[in-house]
Amino acid sequence: MKNITKSKNNLYSLGALVLLLGFLAFLQSDTAGYSYQISILERSAIYAVVAVSMNLLTGFTGLFSLGQAGFMAIGAYIVAIFTIPVEARASVYYVSGISPVLANIQLPIPVALLLGGLASAALAALIGIPVLRLKSDYLAIATLGFSEIIRAFIAAPMFDTITNGSYGLKNIPGFSSIFTVFGLAALCIVLMVLLIHSSYGRAFKAIREDEIAAQSMGLNLFRYKELSFVISSFFTGVGGGMLAMFMRSIDSKTFQVSLTYDILLIVVLGGIGSVTGSVLGAFLVTSGRELLRFFDDPLVIGGVSIPLFRSGFRMVIFSILLMVVVLFYRRGIMGDKEFSWDGLFGLIRRLPDRLKKRKTSSAAPGEGGLKQ
Amino acid sequence: MKIRKLMCMAMATCLVAGSLAGCGGKKSDDKVIKIGVFQPTTGENGGGGFQEVLGIRYANQIHPTVTIGGEEYKIELVEVDNKSDKTEAVNAAQKLVSEKVSVVLGSYGSGVSIAAGQIFADAKIPAIGCSCTNPQVTEGNDFYFRVCFIDPFQGTVMANYAFQNGAKTAAVITQLGDDYSSGLGSFFKEAFAGLGGNVVSEEQFQTNQTDFKAILTNIKAANPDIIFAPSSITTAPLIIKQARELGITATIAAGDTWENSTIIENAGADAEGVVLSTFFDEAEPANEEAAAFIEGFKKYLKDNKQEEIIPAVSALGYDSYLAAIKAIETAGSTDTTAIRDALKGVQIDGVTGTITFNETGDANKDIAFIKTIKDGKFQFLTTTTVE
Amino acid sequence: MSFTTFLQQCLTGISLGGAYALIAIGYTLVYGILRLINFAHGDIFMMAGYFMIFAMASLPWFLAIPVTLLVTVLLGVSIERVAYRPLRSAPRMSVMISAIGVSYLLQNLATYLFTALPKGYPEIPFLKRIFQIGGLSASFVTFLTPVLTLVLVYLLILLINHTKIGMAMRAVSKDYETASLMGIKINKTISFTFAVGSLLAGIGSILYFTDRMTVFPFSGSLPGLKCFVAAVFGGIGSIPGAVIGGFILGLGETALVAMGQSTFSDAFTFILLIVMLLIRPTGLFGEKTTDKV
Repeated sequence: MKNITKSKNNLYSLGALVLLLGFLAFLQSDTAGYSYQISILERSAIYAVVAVSMNLLTGFTGLFSLGQAGFMAIGAYIVAIFTIPVEARASVYYVSGISPVLANIQLPIPVALLLGGLASAALAALIGIPVLRLKSDYLAIATLGFSEIIRAFIAAPMFDTITNGSYGLKNIPGFSSIFTVFGLAALCIVLMVLLIHSSYGRAFKAIREDEIAAQSMGLNLFRYKELSFVISSFFTGVGGGMLAMFMRSIDSKTFQVSLTYDILLIVVLGGIGSVTGSVLGAFLVTSGRELLRFFDDPLVIGGVSIPLFRSGFRMVIFSILLMVVVLFYRRGIMGDKEFSWDGLFGLIRRLPDRLKKRKTSSAAPGEGGLKQ
Repeated sequence: MKIRKLMCMAMATCLVAGSLAGCGGKKSDDKVIKIGVFQPTTGENGGGGFQEVLGIRYANQIHPTVTIGGEEYKIELVEVDNKSDKTEAVNAAQKLVSEKVSVVLGSYGSGVSIAAGQIFADAKIPAIGCSCTNPQVTEGNDFYFRVCFIDPFQGTVMANYAFQNGAKTAAVITQLGDDYSSGLGSFFKEAFAGLGGNVVSEEQFQTNQTDFKAILTNIKAANPDIIFAPSSITTAPLIIKQARELGITATIAAGDTWENSTIIENAGADAEGVVLSTFFDEAEPANEEAAAFIEGFKKYLKDNKQEEIIPAVSALGYDSYLAAIKAIETAGSTDTTAIRDALKGVQIDGVTGTITFNETGDANKDIAFIKTIKDGKFQFLTTTTVE
Repeated sequence: MSFTTFLQQCLTGISLGGAYALIAIGYTLVYGILRLINFAHGDIFMMAGYFMIFAMASLPWFLAIPVTLLVTVLLGVSIERVAYRPLRSAPRMSVMISAIGVSYLLQNLATYLFTALPKGYPEIPFLKRIFQIGGLSASFVTFLTPVLTLVLVYLLILLINHTKIGMAMRAVSKDYETASLMGIKINKTISFTFAVGSLLAGIGSILYFTDRMTVFPFSGSLPGLKCFVAAVFGGIGSIPGAVIGGFILGLGETALVAMGQSTFSDAFTFILLIVMLLIRPTGLFGEKTTDKV
């Protein structure tokens, strides 16, 4: 019986995958007409990678780090520096010129992405040694600090010939199709899920639940924390590299603290400790921000323009929605559970009952009065 | 049971697909041509962007239609807010692409224009920049044009002006991570040094920094004749007021962004004597179009509860719109590549003067207006050219 | 660097440090009691700037200042009521996220209500009087800021050490649960803490913005972060620590810019933080805490 459900669920997953691929192919068939939708989906997929990697750290190891923007910046800059076509470099580095060491090195995109990931992982390993000794909010503020330090170095005029400082980098080659983005994102996320399900993942969770208990069980706390931090930063770096390719032009301002907050919001909304939650959160938040765009346009009903609707209203609504989630649905969409078909069907099945219950409970006082 | 499950699944899929497809917009009418307005109305450059939008909206009110091949088309503006942020700019630009606009106008702020440039080029949609002066906007981009002059020119103009008025030493303040500010600053520096002047102090500040006293104290110690501080209108009053408070008497100069009444409003009496270069002067209309614009737009500003001083960026917004419809007419079709090709050859008598485009897509403009702030108003000083 | 320049830079640094110190106290008080980095504190400071603009539009300064402070205190206390109190028993991370959310909301709200354009800060004539001493030039507020900061800190320490509510604050920050068992009204004490913190942020805001003249929706975010660092540096929970941290940060930052390294002035704050956390994680005046199993 169990096997049957399992194979049935696999069938559903396969079906969903085919549907998704079909949908993507449909979008890909008219890139000009659906470019807006494609760009939202691509960005969502990239944010999903970063959000899952943040969740690996925050949700599964219990380390609250706010350094995402910094690690993304490293990945993004490595990818940008090594993939901008050599012939375009003179016009990109139009003020200070490019350092002769870098001028003629151009790497294939996958290699550059990998290098971006490795560079931010290496930096994470270095930063991790001092920082991971810190506890919760101290860790958060220290990693946030590092991310700002990285940004300061990128913008510094003395590194102009490498990072092009204030002028930013452009002419970064983009993705050829939406499948590349989704494929890469899926690969990263699957790798992280495999890690979570391995013995390492179990060690991470042990640390999350109780550091002292984990330590007394013989876990080398620092080693596992460092491992989690390095791996998370690797994927954050890859995500940053993908973001650079998505945006085609980057500068240090792209990687401000607000980027980290965006990712954090995705993780919180999706549910801390749920990979599928983070993925879902990434798509919901990114498309939600765009869908709410109509709040920014003046709304005219029957010749009267509603004064509330003007520029900036969208972000107010968005932040209020967010506060509502934080305050009233603290566990986010998925809590710390993962998506499963049984869970979904169970929810759908229960939904009518729940609604009914709510109706009856609200009608209850009146009825009760009659009966009595 | 099974059927129910399947139905639920199908419904969920439809919902997702529907919501995504829903933002695609309506089918375009045959008689409508869409022009995209790609501007920041929020964020760091929200104020300036809005003024540019006003200029474009006004232009749309004056010229609501365009004739293509004998048929009259209604022009529909599609406005998107790029929030002065490169990341947001990508989505905003993609939105315009999927709305199938024929031309894009904007943006205020060079950074976002650079970010979106490649998207427009990939979609083969011509874009006309209004006030984005950084050379990178059009450089290597076959679909980006602009109606304003560019920073190397502007930097030279200001350096010339400073040098001719007796300034031998200069200090330059630029914003880290900002294409416009850093670019213009370095062009000024180059030109000023080329003239034989001496740049005695170079300072940078961070985005959202509000405290400039330490920087300015350094500058005070270097004692320059002129301080060149191209930056956003957010930082301008801060720099001006803090400099005067520290007792710095040197002339403060900047680029086109500073021609904005909020600066006078915020810096008050301290703003007196600030010198800047800009694109347009309402006191000296270049042609009939300009005269009509000045009169009409002032009224439009009043109707929109804005101050009745015409910002140069509004004039440029208006001009970019004129260039767009002229190109559409010349091309005689709504095909975006044809419009791009037409843009290369158009000549328009705009509010800011006659505009033609060179090979890179920049307007052939060899004249800049130097203005100063006097008695709480922007006053025309001189026009300069660079040979 | 000439001596005058040096003095001028010192003056800038001390004045900046004074404003930082006032904000840092708000962080340290709240952290001491709730173990929460109140990310919204910097934005309360920003909102106080806007309140002052509107108050000054219709009231003379001596009325506008109390009105501004009152509204700021109300804002601070109501943020605690709405966004932090419901999460009292939640994990610390949730509360912190809520704080980030509030900060986000306040910034967006300010952008929506007051636009992203900078608003000129009203001038209070006697504060803006410019003094020239030799080559030094500064407005009255520059001199006033550090002095007022020290006076306020003195009053605050008196309040905490010698009044009943101060005792309650100390008790709550020492041991939350025991304090409530001893009959201390936790919620009231926490509200009071937020009121004090916001009041100081409001005063800091008036001094800071009078000196810097414009307010925009993001003018609170960076000073906010820096002041938190100042609080950590001085030892979180310690008021003299926050003050000293504020001054060190203000002076250090100014010194860095004076040496021509303005690029790294923000990075400096965080480098200072990380170095401190490594050498003495509890900060200059912090107390050692041990984990209980």
